[in-house]
Amino acid sequence: MNELVEFISNNLQLLYILILAIFIGVELIKNVPSVLHTPLMSGANALSGVVIVGALLVMLQAKPDDYLSLGLGFVAVVLGIINVVGGFVVTDRMLQMFKKKK
Amino acid sequence: MTITLSIIYLITTIAFVIGLKMLGHPETAKKGNLISGIGMGLAIVATIFLHDFEVPSINYILIGVALLIGTILGYLIAIKVAMTKMPELVSLFNGFGGGSALLIGLVEFGNFSTDATQTSTIIAAIIIGSITFTGSLVAWGKLNGSMKDIRLPKYNLINNLFILALIAFGAYIVMYDPTSLTLIYLLLAASLVYGVLFVIPIGGADMPVVISLLNSLTGIAAAITGILYGNMVMMVGGILVGSAGLILTFIMCKAMNRSLSNVIFGAFGGGDAATAAVGKAGGTIKKTTASDSAILLNYASKVVIVPGYGLAVAQAQHVIHELEELLTKKGVDVSYAIHPVAGRMPGHMNVLLAESNVSYDKLIEMDNINPQFPNTDVVLVVGANDVVNPAAHNDPSSPIYGMPILDVENAKHIIVNKRSMNAGYAGIENELFFNQKTSMLFGDAKSALTELVNELKNM
Repeated sequence: MNELVEFISNNLQLLYILILAIFIGVELIKNVPSVLHTPLMSGANALSGVVIVGALLVMLQAKPDDYLSLGLGFVAVVLGIINVVGGFVVTDRMLQMFKKKK
Repeated sequence: MTITLSIIYLITTIAFVIGLKMLGHPETAKKGNLISGIGMGLAIVATIFLHDFEVPSINYILIGVALLIGTILGYLIAIKVAMTKMPELVSLFNGFGGGSALLIGLVEFGNFSTDATQTSTIIAAIIIGSITFTGSLVAWGKLNGSMKDIRLPKYNLINNLFILALIAFGAYIVMYDPTSLTLIYLLLAASLVYGVLFVIPIGGADMPVVISLLNSLTGIAAAITGILYGNMVMMVGGILVGSAGLILTFIMCKAMNRSLSNVIFGAFGGGDAATAAVGKAGGTIKKTTASDSAILLNYASKVVIVPGYGLAVAQAQHVIHELEELLTKKGVDVSYAIHPVAGRMPGHMNVLLAESNVSYDKLIEMDNINPQFPNTDVVLVVGANDVVNPAAHNDPSSPIYGMPILDVENAKHIIVNKRSMNAGYAGIENELFFNQKTSMLFGDAKSALTELVNELKNM
């Protein structure tokens, strides 16, 4: 129990941010027409590629002789950037389909 | 972290929020996606150049090579893939994101493992990242047909115990052995296995919901790694995706009239209810030919087309547009009835039809088209099955009972184009096919519709 209280008091700012971000996410998506669900899912998926920032940090901080970190970081960067680039491009392609109309 | 970097992360975060907001409206969606994309690009470039650690040049070279390979691969896959393959592609990309998170966790375990909070963050990243990684890959395999549903006996019990054991194992590492690499690799392996077990029993029709859920989990994994680095853009971006994805998951469940726990634990099309439902519908079916169907359509005044995934698989979206134009020229009132979960993902059918230039206002959503069916002369069902199955209304034992459907049986005539009498994606019989008013036009959607178009042209 003490540890929990300590954790909360140490990370109060963090908790505020997390909770507010959760509400923003919910509010942004709540009333989206079903037509846009597929592009939206794909767009959100591209956003989750933000994990690439972490992968870059791994590689930036790895020592040049730490082959394990470098190797795993390398794969993490490749996977992350595929998620980002592929996600945005494919969402754009989907939305292009709607754009031509009207 | 330099102050410039922090400011750029702030800008990126704002871009994410605005982009996501704009993505929710048809007119602004494309711009919204672009804004988030630019924000992401900024964050990536800034992370590489605006930090304050000593970085050997070999690391920069490796980063450059990794970014180059990934960008080219991602771009090529995204450009090349057919619109019909969209759902599995989203799943694949999502799996990559999860894989990235788990690798980060794995590397940082060696570097950070002093503080209990940090160790738990790393372990959470590994568990969630691994589950989304293998889970998404299984979902991808199932959607592209290379993997079938597998249900072990008592899979619900096994899965629930498994996840509890995983969490307990993670907690054990944090508390008693926070430096053991062996245990971390064991945890990693177990989490990867759990991802497979989690997704593999879930029926094909529920895959969109699962992908959306996994997408949400990847967001959470990103947020957790963000907490580890105290990195705001990862944290807020990840949480946004996490909560948006979760809410989208619920919206999709609602469209199918099912609860999330039902999707995850109820394994659609499995269990006793489904066995009871299969084979219940019976009687004789009426076959028809392209020329008979053409006559029927030619003399109708109102036609509604119900497109399903079969249309997409056969790449018949262009032919159906030709048919629609031809009928419109002949003075027939033609519209499309779009079920919220037609295709493999909500809105998937709209994307496919938009691709073949079908005008947006001809696509009518379920709630608006249902009252029109009694005045409709001919309904042409192309490659759709479960979304027009009356069992959803009148067979409580059916696994799709309660799902809102398109009430095509109220129309005067129904023409169903199907490849064969096989059951639909949910694996259940459809009594609509045995209806007196229904005629079956067997054949691949593309060739059957082409024949239909040719017959109509000759009239």
